[in-house]
Amino acid sequence: MSTLDPAGPAAGNIATLWWVMFFGAVVLFALVLGLLALSFLRPAAIASIKPMHWIIGGGLIMPVPILLGLLIAALLLGEQLLPKPGGVAPMRIEAHASQWQWRFAYPDAPGSAETDVLHLPAGEPVDILVTAEDVIHSFWIPRLGGKIDAIPGHENTIRLEADEPGVYRGICAEYCGEGHETMGFVVEAHAPADFPAAVGAAP
Amino acid sequence: MSPKPTSPIALHKALEKIWGTPSGWGRLSAVNHNILGKRFMVLALVFFAIGGILAMLIRAQLATPNSAFVGPELYNQIFTMHGTVMMFLFAIPMFEGLAMYMLPKLLGARDLAFPRIAAYGFWCYLFGGTILIVAMLAGYAPNAGWFMYTPLSSGTYTPGINADVWLLGITFVEISAVTAAIELIVTILKMRAPGMSLTRMPIFGWYMLVTAGMMLIGFPPLILGSMLLEMERAFDLPFFDPTRGGDPLLWQHLFWLFGHPEVYIIFLPAAGVLSTMIPTFARRPLVGYNAIIVAIVAMAFLSFGLWVHHMFTVGIPHLALAFFSAASALVAIPTAVQIFAWIGTLASGRPKFDIPMLYVVGFFIVFVCGGLTGVMLAMVPFNSQAHDTYFVVAHLHYVLVGGFVFPMLAALYYWLPHVTGRRSVYSLSVPAFWLILVGFNLTFFLMHLTGLMGMPRRISTYPSNWGWDWLNLLSSVGGFLMTMGFALVLIDIIMQFRFGRRTSRNPWKARTLEWAMPTPAPSYNFAAIPEIAGRADDLDVNVLGRDLAGGKGYLGFTRADRQETLGVDMMSGEPDQVIILPQPTYLPLWTALATGAFFLGLLFKLYWLPPIAAVVVIVLFFLWTRPLGARRNMGPIDIGMGKAVPVDGEVRDNVTWWATLCGITADTTLYGSLLFGALYLALIAPGWTDPAPPLDWLPAIGLVTALAAMALLRRAEVLNAGNRSPLPLLLAALGLGAITALALLAGMLRIPDPTSHANLSLRFVLLTYCAVHAGVAALLALHAALRYRAGFVSAVRATDIRITRAWTDYAALAQLPAWAILLLLAGGAR
Repeated sequence: MSTLDPAGPAAGNIATLWWVMFFGAVVLFALVLGLLALSFLRPAAIASIKPMHWIIGGGLIMPVPILLGLLIAALLLGEQLLPKPGGVAPMRIEAHASQWQWRFAYPDAPGSAETDVLHLPAGEPVDILVTAEDVIHSFWIPRLGGKIDAIPGHENTIRLEADEPGVYRGICAEYCGEGHETMGFVVEAHAPADFPAAVGAAP
Repeated sequence: MSPKPTSPIALHKALEKIWGTPSGWGRLSAVNHNILGKRFMVLALVFFAIGGILAMLIRAQLATPNSAFVGPELYNQIFTMHGTVMMFLFAIPMFEGLAMYMLPKLLGARDLAFPRIAAYGFWCYLFGGTILIVAMLAGYAPNAGWFMYTPLSSGTYTPGINADVWLLGITFVEISAVTAAIELIVTILKMRAPGMSLTRMPIFGWYMLVTAGMMLIGFPPLILGSMLLEMERAFDLPFFDPTRGGDPLLWQHLFWLFGHPEVYIIFLPAAGVLSTMIPTFARRPLVGYNAIIVAIVAMAFLSFGLWVHHMFTVGIPHLALAFFSAASALVAIPTAVQIFAWIGTLASGRPKFDIPMLYVVGFFIVFVCGGLTGVMLAMVPFNSQAHDTYFVVAHLHYVLVGGFVFPMLAALYYWLPHVTGRRSVYSLSVPAFWLILVGFNLTFFLMHLTGLMGMPRRISTYPSNWGWDWLNLLSSVGGFLMTMGFALVLIDIIMQFRFGRRTSRNPWKARTLEWAMPTPAPSYNFAAIPEIAGRADDLDVNVLGRDLAGGKGYLGFTRADRQETLGVDMMSGEPDQVIILPQPTYLPLWTALATGAFFLGLLFKLYWLPPIAAVVVIVLFFLWTRPLGARRNMGPIDIGMGKAVPVDGEVRDNVTWWATLCGITADTTLYGSLLFGALYLALIAPGWTDPAPPLDWLPAIGLVTALAAMALLRRAEVLNAGNRSPLPLLLAALGLGAITALALLAGMLRIPDPTSHANLSLRFVLLTYCAVHAGVAALLALHAALRYRAGFVSAVRATDIRITRAWTDYAALAQLPAWAILLLLAGGAR
């Protein structure tokens, strides 16, 4: 279930982003708390800093470049994860949420049946088209990537990819009533050759 | 009349006789800010305890996997109520109470601008909160989450009374938030000590001015959203139903348009407390007073531009998200400015340590951590993983407990001696702090990891094979440690009242005005109001306090048993009026009870009751103004220090006028949210169908009559200024207002089946809004006419006519955008 144990490129990139931000945060936390400690324990060490320099240094010079860098990196990463038109259109899979179950359909696999288990071809991106029938749910497979909400009246798309064949877990991440915690689902990623058989489609 | 020399004791007795509150049942008539501020805070602490017990139930349930302690049905009520109680019934009223108690003292006033409105707000808070708690004890607590997302919270998926309890109870409580906001803004702008220009105001005044301004425009979107959702639930008018032209996302926009500023509304007062305390303990003035003012104003602006970061996963285009992501990250800059101003103050001062400073250090540890995770969550890709997981639970508790509870505990230890006149009992204070700090971090630090390991929020139980077991168990242990810490704080407070050493007047050697008075504070605050010659956070309060007690200053005497305090020019702080405040009265209590009957009627679907209750509320409000004002012009009266100014009723720039403008501002925001909602649905809702049935032109009569009433009132104001009777024109405006309301009402009733589609339900609600405003304009015209007849209105005492004119203008002009939208809705928006 862990996002820190990624099994796809989207989750992998986000995990990298997390670790970069984590270590950056540790450094900043230590810096701020260290300065606070100095002001009590060794006031002489920092007494020469002019009052306004605290505000300009700590409030502007330090955060602005960090935030700018982070924002640009996150924007580029986010663009990469988007389902963009053009190129080879990935396979589409429909995920349909209702209280409290998921149903999956495979419009690009002719002859396939609806399933409770989400079947994916491994090693290639797929676009999951997420909708809901009653209330808002959220489609989330932590080891493959971020989540997207399933909203009645709307259709949202998320592009995911599993690196290797295997079994993963999905979960509903938006509170949806009494059965919310029961609304998990199993994700099976198959070698591309095995995929059609798994969904009952003509090979 | 000139001030007679008198002894401090005699002056105290004379003032206490005028400003005091009766004992026994008479306490229910209290309007004094000392009493109301404390009542707000004590009640907020009661709700904090209730919210804390709910949190303990959550942690007990989640301590072990596959737990069967409470089932999902009860668990959903518990977490919904935990969030609701902590946000609406603890945090907001807590700082409102603190501000009510503290602001007049910091600013140099004897009370707030509208003591009876403060009392009314308190009763609304008590009754609204009681509705929620009683519903919970009866097993009908709201269970759709404190965020109440539609369609889950709609009648289809949450039948029963639970969600109505939330919508009506919270809206009832919100009345007190909006009235408090108006009260605080007007008090800060108009009721400072003479000489205290805005640039000399103590920094807490600035924080509260910005906070109250944010409340004024932050709460109306939620109030509107709650009204729309309640109309959808009660009368089946679709606004959020995607099958009938509504959109569930509209609720999320309205909710977070309130919900995000709300976080800063909670943080800023706490930051104001820190900016007030830290200089005392650093023994030097605050570093970067001006930079901090710029920072908090910037924070306020940014906070209204980043609500969408709660909605990163709803499917909004990525580039639009980038804008909100940047705004969310930018908020780190004004936050960092304040953090470093505080560190700079300590570093360049000679800091000393005491119990409040322990909590200040606790604040730094916890809040900095919460701020850093906040920047992480502002990054869209990371957010898509962490959203709705325990990572966010950890983040929000770091921000809210770090940014509010720790500073409030610091404030408690800092200002409790002001209330008790005693010092802390240190042997309990220190272990309590450590239990809270360690318990908090044990509970919530681990939740970051729990969330990253994939645990979503709001699940009542979890299987044991996903590695979440030990994390949850340790979080629960930490939660109970923290609870023990809070229990010790409670015992510590009781001990201080019973056993604390009596303290001198200014135990911390602070340099702000609230310490320039005896402790516990007298009901009138200052025996005389000081002249402020420099920054008001750097005063020699010990000398000043003695002078004021002796009556050296403004209004250092009593006159005609009136509760007198000073009003000043907003910018310069020059005294420009004597404000005469009302005496204790039961009217706020009765009005709040009638308001409560209105909400209970809606809640239990007894639809005969709300109209009766509304009439009672209106009649009672007519009675409110009876003790105010005068039947003759008094001209300038002596205020001591060789100056004389008129009473408030005889100046144009008085508190009632400013409160009216604030009220109209809040109303405009509510209306703006409604217009936004209408445009949003017409342009974006997925199931929208154009065109609708053609527009009915009958209610357009109401536009013509409203504009005519507007013209009449302008003429009435001119006549009154020229000492000629405005009475016929006021009565004509009353008639026109009634015709306007009736025409719009007829328009509402003639809509064919407004429940069929959002297009028609929007038409219905736009006409309702305009009809209600026309009706209120008519009532105000009636009120002004009665006041004129009774002799309270003259050419200089014209406030009643001016506020009627302002409201009538608004009610008429508000119809213009309504008609534009009605045309758009009828003509086909797409």
